[in-house]
Amino acid sequence: MAEAFKFELVSPEKLLVSEQVESVVIPGAEGEMTVMAQHAPVMTTIKPGVVTIKTAGGKEERFVVFGGFADILPSGCTLLAESATHVNDIDRADLARRIQEAKEDAADAKDDESRSKAEQFLSQLTTLEGALLPA
Amino acid sequence: MASLKDLRNRIASVKATQKITKAMQMVAAAKLRRAQEAAEAARPYSERMGAVLANITQAIGGGGDAPALMTGTGRDDVHLLIVCTAERGLCGGFNSQIARLARDHIRRLLADGKQVKIICVGKKGYDILRRDYASMILERVDLREVKTLGFVNADAIARKVIHLFNEGGFDICTLFYSQFKSVISQIPTAQQIIPAGAAGSTAPEATNGGNAVYEYEPEPGEILSDLIPRNIAVQIFRALLENAAGEMGAKMSAMDNATRNAGDMINKLSITYNRQRQAQITKELIEIISGAEAL
Repeated sequence: MAEAFKFELVSPEKLLVSEQVESVVIPGAEGEMTVMAQHAPVMTTIKPGVVTIKTAGGKEERFVVFGGFADILPSGCTLLAESATHVNDIDRADLARRIQEAKEDAADAKDDESRSKAEQFLSQLTTLEGALLPA
Repeated sequence: MASLKDLRNRIASVKATQKITKAMQMVAAAKLRRAQEAAEAARPYSERMGAVLANITQAIGGGGDAPALMTGTGRDDVHLLIVCTAERGLCGGFNSQIARLARDHIRRLLADGKQVKIICVGKKGYDILRRDYASMILERVDLREVKTLGFVNADAIARKVIHLFNEGGFDICTLFYSQFKSVISQIPTAQQIIPAGAAGSTAPEATNGGNAVYEYEPEPGEILSDLIPRNIAVQIFRALLENAAGEMGAKMSAMDNATRNAGDMINKLSITYNRQRQAQITKELIEIISGAEAL
């Protein structure tokens, strides 16, 4: 069995998860990454996506996060999410609303830079929606 | 002298008032507990955010690529004040204390020849500041409809502030709110959030990872420019939560006082009422006896 480490998932409203886990899959800004114990220190921003946690007990839990960052140390991992919900509790209407907003942002963008940013965000959201639909 | 009937009505009305204040106190107590829980639940996030921020600023080492939100514009001519108060009154000096602190600050700034802009969060602060500084109030954020304060509310305010900053609307931003010390004491506080000076942030020293060599993904500068706006939202969120808890605490003690005052008043009125009733009985007896004697 793999070594366990401390994982914390925090949203501004509350501390969602704080337990010993075996591995965590984080949707990093530059690609998904799996964090296990003794990981080198990394700080990364995360994009909207699904965080998969494998607890020390062997259970698997999934959370949907919308942006934020992860602070990874050999001793543990802290994920600061802008908003996080358990996959089972995800509100599809809320997701649809976010996508709608992202679309408007992309349409309103004044310069190329902000437009490409907004479009990127939008595509991340739609990917997320696609990933969740069969679930 | 009021008649017996008047006194009776008076006592009844004070009793009704007492019931109301008592109920309000209990409601405030329940809400206070919830608000306190919310404030406590939000604490880990802001603490970790502080730690991460400390780590990353250390990594950048105050280099030239720090975003303007952090270093400021280099001027301090235009000040933006975000004044957070409650939406409702009946909570003792809670709102006026915050407003007074803000007003003193405004007066000082104006005396120094600075320009002042105000964003009011909450109705009561707006009502107070409107009297003197109506022309400086840019906006009034209404949270009356909001049942439970979410991060979304704070984020919306932060976004407005950052947008304004990027347009060059102000140089320094200060947040006014009430720090929740305990049920009976709330301390009005001014906190500078832009530029995020060392003085204003509650960031603890870089924790466990202080001497670890981090790998950054993407570049530290990029993370920082993402982090700082979020940090501002977090600060505002924390202020709003502290305010919510403080408001309920203040309301609870104010209503407790009111209930007690009503009790005192009822006692006094009952004594007057009984005395007067007794006087009337005595008077009637005298009339009967002297009538009988006259026969």
